[in-house]
Amino acid sequence: MQLLTVSPSPHIRSSMSTQKIMGLVILALLPAMISSVIVFGIRALLLIVFCTAVCVLSEFVCQKLMKKETTVQDGSAALTGVLLALNLPATLPLWEAAIGCIFAIAVVKQLFGGLGCNFANPAITGRVFLLLSFAGDMTTWVKPFYYKGLSFGEMLSSNGNNAIDALTSATPLASGDAGLLDLFIGNVGGCIGETSALALLVGGIFLIAMGIISASTPIAYLGSLGVLSLLHTLISGGEMSSVLYTLLSGGVMLGAFFMATDYVTTPITTKGKIIFGIGCGILTFVIREFASMPEGCSFSILLMNLLTPYIDRFTMTKPVGAKVQEKGEN
Amino acid sequence: MNYGKEFMKGLIRENPVFVALLGMCPTLAVTTGAFNGIGMGLSTTFVLICSNLVICLLKKAIPQQVKLPCYIVIIATFVTLIQFLLHGFVPALYTSLGAFLELITVNCIILGRAEMFASKNGVVASVLDGAGMGLGFTLALFLMGSIREIFGSGTWFGISIPVLETHTMSLFVMPAGGFFVLGIVIAIVCKLSKKKPPKKLGCSACPNAAVCSAKCEEAE
Repeated sequence: MQLLTVSPSPHIRSSMSTQKIMGLVILALLPAMISSVIVFGIRALLLIVFCTAVCVLSEFVCQKLMKKETTVQDGSAALTGVLLALNLPATLPLWEAAIGCIFAIAVVKQLFGGLGCNFANPAITGRVFLLLSFAGDMTTWVKPFYYKGLSFGEMLSSNGNNAIDALTSATPLASGDAGLLDLFIGNVGGCIGETSALALLVGGIFLIAMGIISASTPIAYLGSLGVLSLLHTLISGGEMSSVLYTLLSGGVMLGAFFMATDYVTTPITTKGKIIFGIGCGILTFVIREFASMPEGCSFSILLMNLLTPYIDRFTMTKPVGAKVQEKGEN
Repeated sequence: MNYGKEFMKGLIRENPVFVALLGMCPTLAVTTGAFNGIGMGLSTTFVLICSNLVICLLKKAIPQQVKLPCYIVIIATFVTLIQFLLHGFVPALYTSLGAFLELITVNCIILGRAEMFASKNGVVASVLDGAGMGLGFTLALFLMGSIREIFGSGTWFGISIPVLETHTMSLFVMPAGGFFVLGIVIAIVCKLSKKKPPKKLGCSACPNAAVCSAKCEEAE
C-alpha cells in the first residue's frame, strides 16, 4: 500500500533550492570572471578567490559568534564575494578588499538577520563602502593587458612597482574616448568584472533563459537609461553612438543583470520590478550626467534597494476573488 | 536624596547620547575629531550646569504657561557667554564648531534636563544632574570623535598614528560614517550593560520613564 502524504498547501514544489540558484548565478558570472582574468591577468583571479574566501569565512564566523545555524553552504556568501570582487579595480590592495567583504557580510547581511533579511545588496553596499573609504585606490584603473611583460610576482602585487603607476588610465566613463567594440568585448579599463558587456550579456541571458531572473528589471533599467541618454543626446546635439556608449560603459550591464535582480533586495511583483529598473535607470543617468562622480550605477541600485519595501507595498497583487476594501472600512 | 546617584546616572546608565538618544545633531556633526568632541561636550556641560542651577532657583518664579520661552532665554544667555569665551580664548575650536556652538541653545539635552529635572528637584541635585549629564555627553562625544578621527584621519588629537596614518578610511569622517559609528557604539554599550531589547515597546522601555511627566497607560 502506498502511503499518501497529507499536507497543507502549497502542493506543487519546485526542485529549486537556494544553493542551486546561487550556483547558477555564479555559473552565469563565469564568462565575466574569465574575461576579467584575460583582461587584467592573474591579479583579477586572486581578487575573486580572495573576496569569495573572506566572505564565506566572515559569514561562518558571524554565524558561529551569533550562535546561529551555519548556512555558508547555501552559496550566498560566495556569490557576494564574487560580485564584490568583480566590482573592484584590479590593483586594489587585498586588505582593503577584505574590509569591504567583512563589511558586506558582517554588517549589511548578518547584523540584519542573514540571507533574506538584509535591506540592501551586500555586494553593492560593500562596494559603496570601499568607494567612500578608499576613493583613491577604488578609482585607480589599470589599462587592459597591463600585465604583459611583468613578472609573476609583479602581476600579483597591487602596487609597489612603478610600472603599474605609469599604466593607469581613466575609466572609459570619465574619458569618453573608448571604441564601442572595445567596450563591448571588454578591452577597456575599469572594475575587473564590468568591462566586458559581451560576457555579462551571455551570463544575463543564461539566467533569464533558466528562469532564475526575470527579464523585466534589466530591460527596464537599460531601456530607461537608453531613452534618457537618447533624449540628452538629441537635446545637446551629440552623436547617436553615445547612447550605446552609455549602455556599454561602466557597471550598468553588471548592475542590471546581477545586482538589480537580487531576490532579497528588489521588488517581488513584475510591476514593482519595472518600477525598480526605471528608478535605477533614472538615478544612474542623473548621477552620471549631473553629479561629480563618473559612475552612479552602484549608488542608484543602493537607493532603489531602500525603496523596495514601498514599491512592494504599492504594487501588491490582489488575491483571486478578494473583496476590494472600502475606504473607512476596517 | 542620593547625590552620588544623581551625578553617576548621566555617565552610563542614562547617558544622554547612547541611552536616551538626545542631542543627535551635535553628536553626528562635530565628532570628526576627538578635540572637537571634547570642546563641544565641555561647552554643553557648562551651559547645562549653569542653566540647571538658574532654572532650579527660579522654578517658583517662572509661570507655568511661559516656562519654555523662559528656559530658552536662560539657556541662550549661557550659550552667548561660552561663545564669547571660546571666541576669545580658543579661536581654533570656535571656528571648527561653527554654528553648532550657537545651536547648544536648542540642544534637547539641556531643555530636557531643565524640564524633567531642574524644575522639580533641589539646587544641589540639579547641579549634580547637569554635571553628570554634561560629562556623559562629553564622554560620548569624545568616544565618537576618537573612533572617527583614528580611523578616518589616522590621527588622535592631531597626533598622527604610525600605521593608520597611511591607511585612512575617509568614510569615518563623512556624515554616513558618523551614523555608522554611533550605531556600533550604541550596540556595544547595550551589550556591555547587558540590556536586552524590550519585548513590548511601551513607557517602561523608555529610558526617560523614571522622570517622565506624561502619564503612561501602564501606570493607570
